Amino acid sequence: MFSFCADPKSLEGFSWLVCYLTSAKHVDFYWSFLTVLVLLAVTAPSALAFGFGGAMAARSPIAPLRWFGKTYTAMVRGVPDIVFFLFFVIALDQGIEWMKHQVVCPDWKEPIRQGLEFRVCPEAKVPSGSSAQIWHQLYGFALAVFTFAIVFGAFAANVLYGAMNAVPRAQLETAESYGMSQGQVFRRILVPQMWTYALPGLSNLWMILIKATPLLFLLGVKDIVYWARELGSAKTQAYAYPHPDWRLWYFIVLLIVYLCMTRGSEIILSRLTRRLSHGQATAAGEAMRRAAQ
Amino acid sequence: MTCFETIQAYAFRSLGFGENLLPRTDFNLCQQFTLIGSGLIWNVYFGVLALSLGFFLATALALAKASPRARFRKPAEWFIFVFRGSPLFIQFFLAYSALVMLPRGGVEIFGLHIATSWLTSAWAGAAFVLFLNTSAYAAEIFYGALQSIPKGDLEAAEAYGLSGWSKFRRIQWPTMLRLAWPAYTNEAIFLFHATTLVFFSGFPAFQQRGDALYYANYFADKTFNPFVPYPIVAFYFILLTFTLIGLFGLVNRRLNRHLPSNTRSKIRLRPQLIR
Repeated sequence: MFSFCADPKSLEGFSWLVCYLTSAKHVDFYWSFLTVLVLLAVTAPSALAFGFGGAMAARSPIAPLRWFGKTYTAMVRGVPDIVFFLFFVIALDQGIEWMKHQVVCPDWKEPIRQGLEFRVCPEAKVPSGSSAQIWHQLYGFALAVFTFAIVFGAFAANVLYGAMNAVPRAQLETAESYGMSQGQVFRRILVPQMWTYALPGLSNLWMILIKATPLLFLLGVKDIVYWARELGSAKTQAYAYPHPDWRLWYFIVLLIVYLCMTRGSEIILSRLTRRLSHGQATAAGEAMRRAAQ
Repeated sequence: MTCFETIQAYAFRSLGFGENLLPRTDFNLCQQFTLIGSGLIWNVYFGVLALSLGFFLATALALAKASPRARFRKPAEWFIFVFRGSPLFIQFFLAYSALVMLPRGGVEIFGLHIATSWLTSAWAGAAFVLFLNTSAYAAEIFYGALQSIPKGDLEAAEAYGLSGWSKFRRIQWPTMLRLAWPAYTNEAIFLFHATTLVFFSGFPAFQQRGDALYYANYFADKTFNPFVPYPIVAFYFILLTFTLIGLFGLVNRRLNRHLPSNTRSKIRLRPQLIR
């Protein structure tokens, strides 16, 4: 990056460190923090949407839809989330290729599962074999994001289902007695009021989501854990910047980054909780009313 | 190979007994059920060890956090913050890379030779991390319960002349446990779920002796079929979860036995506490 970094072997002390920390691989490492932030920014709203759908389905009067919703909300309770992560990444990949296969090569005779192999016709590969490396990476990242959204959607569905049931029944009955339809009651009364009940659960979920981001590494994405392992491992004289095993220091940096992220979110979320409790018929809202008098 | 022979060969494979080679071709359901079940031994080992030791550290930490003296309170607060605020995955990696930096041959302390190589293996290193992690989460739960002990109970205890240790032993501790138990049950369940991370986070599976998810991942990699091994893991974990709820429910009954039946706290499973 800097001109004096041209010959790393001749450098010493502080200038060595500056050159080391700005090498091309380190720049990749810094960019991978952006990957984590993008994951958070995409997953949080989509998980919320999945959760909302799941909670609505679990309350539905139509039995099969209700069963689906209940199964979806219950699935994360008894089974470790990492099982779902490992499962969905392969299952989604194979599902997409299978569907494309049905469309692209309808007259393919051989079975798709041959013994130990999963074989679709070459045209049905996603992304296609000839496409650039970047598309493979993007596809892998998209699969990972979708997996996160499914799993965290199930957690969010749990929280939102509980929050919808926590809205006082009298509020809904009053709305019904004013002649509102079920949809109107849902949109105008239930949804605006449920957020204050959902917020503690959702803020907990946000923390869990932050702490789940290193699992991207398991899904084959080059994230911060990947780079920390890669850069920290011992480098021989063959490399431009030889050093002993420094993984410990890289992971300490990651630990501090995560602590800052969770602490920062905690402070912001506690402010948000105060705002939303304002004027609500809950203990927190009542305490604020008393304090204001 | 009949299913009975498979069970004989692989039931304790995760501990290093029985057939040495893992199945490579002609995978059948029996093999997958047996090996994944064999791996579950490790999950139970990690969970039980971390929970049973962590319970005591958690109680101590909760008391320290509730202490009015800063020299007790501050370290406890920092400990809980560090372990609850960072991902368990990173904690595993950090612990592993710290433990491999210890000298290979062992260290000499006061002329005493202490071997260190065993610390880098999963059964010791990962169990230690899980122990500290669950202590921090449980300490936060116990601290919350300690703060919500009814004031009247404590005043009544003082009126009876109880103080110090006997007040803690007879009034505060049982009430704390009773209030914390539903949340602590959740923590226990999610600790067992977290044990699946061990062999994916730096700690090597020595001679392919891994946990349930390690073997499931092995089968999924070999067969390219995730639809069989992962549901088997899920099945085992659902059984484990129900067993835990049953066991913790028994303790909960005992803790609540003096209360009228309608005011007893019930255990409800909430995915509120995962790492």
